Formats: sequence, structure tokens, C-alpha cells
Amino acid sequence: MDGKKHPFPSFHLNIDPADFEPADIAERESLAVMRPSAGFWGEGMRRLRRNKIAMVSLAVIAVFIVGAFVVPFFYPYSYDKMDKESGNLRPLQHSDAEKARMENGERVFPHFMGTDQLGRDTMIRLLMGSRISLLVGIIASAIILLIGSVYGAVAGYFGGRADIVMMRIVDLIYSVPDILIIIILQVTLKEPLKKLAANVPGFAWIEKVGVSLICIFIVFSLLYWVGMARIVRSQILALKQQDFVVAARALGASSGRIIRRHLLTNCIGTLTVTTTLQIPASIFTESFLSFLGLGVAAPMTSLGSMASDALSGIWSYPHRLISAAVMISLIILSFNLLGDGLRDAFDPKLKHDSVKG
Amino acid sequence: MVKYICKRVLAAVITMLGISVITFALMKFVPGGPFLAEKAPSAAVTAALEAKYGLDKHPVEQYFTYMKGVLRGDLGPSIKKRGRTVAEIIAAGFPVSAKLGAIAIAVAVLLGVPLGSIAALCRGKWQDNLILVAATTGISVPSFITASLLLVTFGVKNNVTFGLATPAHYIIPVAALAFLPMSYIARLIRSSMLDVMGQDYMRTAKAKGLSQAVILFKHALRNSVLPVITYLGPAVAYTLTGSFVVERICTIPGLGNEFVSSIINRDYPMIMGTTLFLAALIIVMNVAVDIVYRLVDPRITFK
Repeated sequence: MDGKKHPFPSFHLNIDPADFEPADIAERESLAVMRPSAGFWGEGMRRLRRNKIAMVSLAVIAVFIVGAFVVPFFYPYSYDKMDKESGNLRPLQHSDAEKARMENGERVFPHFMGTDQLGRDTMIRLLMGSRISLLVGIIASAIILLIGSVYGAVAGYFGGRADIVMMRIVDLIYSVPDILIIIILQVTLKEPLKKLAANVPGFAWIEKVGVSLICIFIVFSLLYWVGMARIVRSQILALKQQDFVVAARALGASSGRIIRRHLLTNCIGTLTVTTTLQIPASIFTESFLSFLGLGVAAPMTSLGSMASDALSGIWSYPHRLISAAVMISLIILSFNLLGDGLRDAFDPKLKHDSVKG
Repeated sequence: MVKYICKRVLAAVITMLGISVITFALMKFVPGGPFLAEKAPSAAVTAALEAKYGLDKHPVEQYFTYMKGVLRGDLGPSIKKRGRTVAEIIAAGFPVSAKLGAIAIAVAVLLGVPLGSIAALCRGKWQDNLILVAATTGISVPSFITASLLLVTFGVKNNVTFGLATPAHYIIPVAALAFLPMSYIARLIRSSMLDVMGQDYMRTAKAKGLSQAVILFKHALRNSVLPVITYLGPAVAYTLTGSFVVERICTIPGLGNEFVSSIINRDYPMIMGTTLFLAALIIVMNVAVDIVYRLVDPRITFK
């Protein structure tokens, strides 16, 4: 009954006799059709798809991933190629040498974001910079996920004295001022790692990936897994009381199997959300470090070091600073918004927890 | 309560000792020493210098000598800034940074709490969306970006680009340092206030006929401000580390600026001393915040 149509309550018994006729087969079938039951992922994804902000940030992240990992292969300039004749160009400007070449009928690819003082194309450097940021964010979060979930699960599952000792260690690491230790590790680890790459045969890959990047991964994975471990432990503590765990144990499953197959799979929502929110935190710290000059080494670049380089030409070439600033902020913002969306979709209970970082 | 405080203080002391050992070991571990300049001094000079600063002794012995000094408030001499001790440099730089940081945190709390409350009260309306978007942007923009963008846009026009000569010079560094904590607090308050407003006692208060203002300030706000207290510890840590970059961008002679130059100069006693000092500060703040939180919120039991 629609209240607007009937301003006064009716005391008549309004019965439509048609409502009481037996349903025919077509009607019965139409009632029987239900939404196909969706699994955990299907249900969560359905909620996520309805969240416009999360979907837009997912699209932005996809654009960044394509831009950072695919576009550089086809881009006519390279991030470390210097061109003395076309230094300090403004966006879409051409140097005299390039203009001469264009007059000869040659096609010169435009510098969308201009060039830096060494004549390197800023656009490709921005793309390579976001590649570093994304790599750091994703790999560091994967390492943190691995260490944190295993540690938290073991502590939560075995409980007792093991749990107490393990969580004391977590508390200690948690109270360590992270940035200070990261800076010190970053300062001190670089040289030994370089030596390791040069002298020990099995470690040549370190040079390939970049000493500073390895450094960042090491320090992040040493310090940042504790937040993840705490969250996973609290989940496991609640889960291990449930009957299916008792059943699994009664059927003779080993502890390792119970943790892997039954406990961690049941925390998958929490793990997804926490890992996604760890990505922007890692990118944030990486950009901070490279702004201080402790990030990746030249000629490789990162958005933080580009912002720091741009400071010297801030009055004449503000677009360099602004472009790097917008890129970093946009990457971190989209991951944060996606993480918020994932949390709403997969794990509404997690609202108050957050990962350190 | 006393037991709890003792436990926390003990844990803090252990953490500090751990940090001092790790920092000291790492400092000894690095190759490039402080006397490796482009024009390398002769072996005899280097040996004499190392003897003067006690760098030729066994590392464990060096550590104990150093820690004895630390307990007396002596953090050793700065190697690069001749004639000044680390303690002097910290004493000169810290008040500047502390003042800046305190103002930034005050601004963050004083703006973040009302913004978060407004968002919670107007849940789902445009005010809420606006504040949420702004706050999410706020936790996504690193402080060095806020600082440098403000410098380009606002600083040049008003000629307040470096130093802290007038109150107007405080605007850029304070805004850069306060933006993230403010956004975080606004988000925190919003979610905790929404939580509180769903509680039964809020309905009771309304049913008793209390005015909106009393309900809001006496019942809702007082309960939802509690999480902000726990955030103050991390906020202090954030403003301290944020000061490294912000002081550099705005050319402020604070401790953050000194710390970054000591890293670039490989001034070991300075790095070590500043790290210990800042770490102690952050840890003490965290312990203090936890204790205050338990005093303020009687619902938390002492274990």
C-alpha cells in the first residue's frame, strides 16, 4: 500500500480474489528462479562493482600500470638518453635542432612534458618513475603479506608461550620509529650489497634489479610486516575456535595444513584489504626516501627524486614539480580509495584497523 | 596501573637499547668512513684522527664508552662541524622543530576534529562527501609535495619562502606538516562518531529530551575523541620525520634539516645521536599516549 495514494487509513478489507487463484506453471517457475548463488569472491566483486569511486580508482591504476610497464617499450625516447641540444624544453616545445629536422620533412615525436636540463624527455621519466613506485608498492606488499600472514598465523594458531614471545617481538618492532631505522639501514646497506653483487657469483642479479631497490625491499620487509602479523593473528584467534577446525584436526590434518587450507583461506578478505592498503603506504615511504636522495640511483629515476630535482628549477619550470607531484599523489590516492572500497566490499568489520605505515 | 606503567617503561627501555645497538653496529658496518674525503689524508693523519675519536678500539668497547657518555647527556663531538658537540647541535635545532611540530599537531587536532564531526553529522550529504574526498587526498599526498606546491603558489607571492622570521613564515611548513595528520584525524573522528551515534545511550539521550548541542558535545564527541589520543603518538612520529623534508624545502634550521645533512655528510656521531634522541622522543611519546589513554577511558581494563 502506498501511503501517498491513501492519505487516510482504509478500514475496508481490500481483497483481490485474483490473488487467491492457484499459480500456473509459468508463475511457479518465475518464483523458483533465484539469483545464482555467488561465492565469496563473486559476492565481494559485485559489491565492489557498485562502488563508483573504487571502480574509477581501479581504472586509474590500470592506466598507470599500462603506462608504466607497456608504454615505455613503444616510446621513442628513453629515460636515460641525454640530448644536449634540447635541454630545458617546455611541454610540447621543440628545440632548434629538432625544428631544423622537422623542416627537412622528418617527424619528431613531441616532448609532451618537455625535457630536463640534461635533455632527457620528462614524460618517459615520469613513466619510469611510476614504474619504480608501482614495483616498490606491489613487491614490498607481497613480501609483507608473506611474512606477516605466516608469522601472525603461527602465533595465533599455536597460542600459549609461543604466542606471547612472538607478539612481544612484534610489539618491540612496532614501537621502533620506522623511518629513522629505514634511513639508517638505507644509508648503511647500500655498500655491502654492492660488494655482494660484485664479488659473490650467485648475487649478480642484485646489480640488475638495482641495489637501492633491493635495499628498499629489505628494509620494508624487515619492519612493516608487524601490522599485518597483528591483524592476521587476531583473525586466526577467532577462527581457530570454530568447529570446522576441530573437525579438520579430528580427521588428522596437520597443523601446517590447517593453517594453510582452513585458517588463512578464511582470512582472505582481510589479507586482500590489508595488502592493498599496504601498497600506497610503501609507495609513500619510497617517494619520501627518494626525495631525500636515498632512493634509486641515477640514471634510474623515481617520482620522489624527480620532485626533488624539480625543486632547483621551481621558478622557471614549475610543470616538472607539478607533474611529478600529481603522479605520486594520484597513484597513492587511487590505491587508498581502492583499498577503502575493497574493505567495504570484503570486510566491513575491519573499519578501525589500519596497517602501520 | 602501576604494574602496567612499569611494564611499558621496561619495554621502552629494551627497545631503546635495541635501537642503540643496531644503529651503532650499522654505523660500524658501513665502509665509507668520515675521513674519506676526495683528498684523502695520509695514513698517519687518519690513524691520529681515529685515535682521537676512539675509532681504533674494539667496537664493543666503543659502544660502551659511547653509551656511558649518552647517560651523562654527552653524545660526542660532531665530526664534520668542528668544535660543536652533537648535544649542542640538537639543543640548537630541536626547539625550532619542536615548536613547528607542536603548532602543526595543534592545527591538525583543532581542524581535524570539527571536520570529522561535521562529516559524521551530515553523513551521506555533500558536506560529508567533500570532507571525505579532501581527507582521503590528505592522507595520500606526501608532505614534501604539499610543501613544495605551497611554496610555488603561495610562498612566492607573499615572499615567505624560507626561514621562520615572521608568523607568516610558519604558514607553509605548518600546513605541509599538518595536512596529513588533520586528514587522518578527520577520518578517524568520522568513523568513531558514526559508531558512537549508533549506540543505545545516544538514543536514550535523545529520548530524555536533551538538546542537540548537549547530545553532541557531552555524549557523542567526548566518546569519539578517544581514538584521536592513540593517534597522537604516530602523529608526533610523522611530524618529526616530515620535518626532515619540510625543513629542507623551506630552509628552516631545525633538527630535521641537521639530521638530513648529517646523513649526506656521513657524520656518524651526529647520525647516531640524532637517531637516539628522536627515537627516544617517539617512544616516550607513545608510552605517554598509551598511559593517558588508559587513564582517560575507564572502560579499558589493566592486564
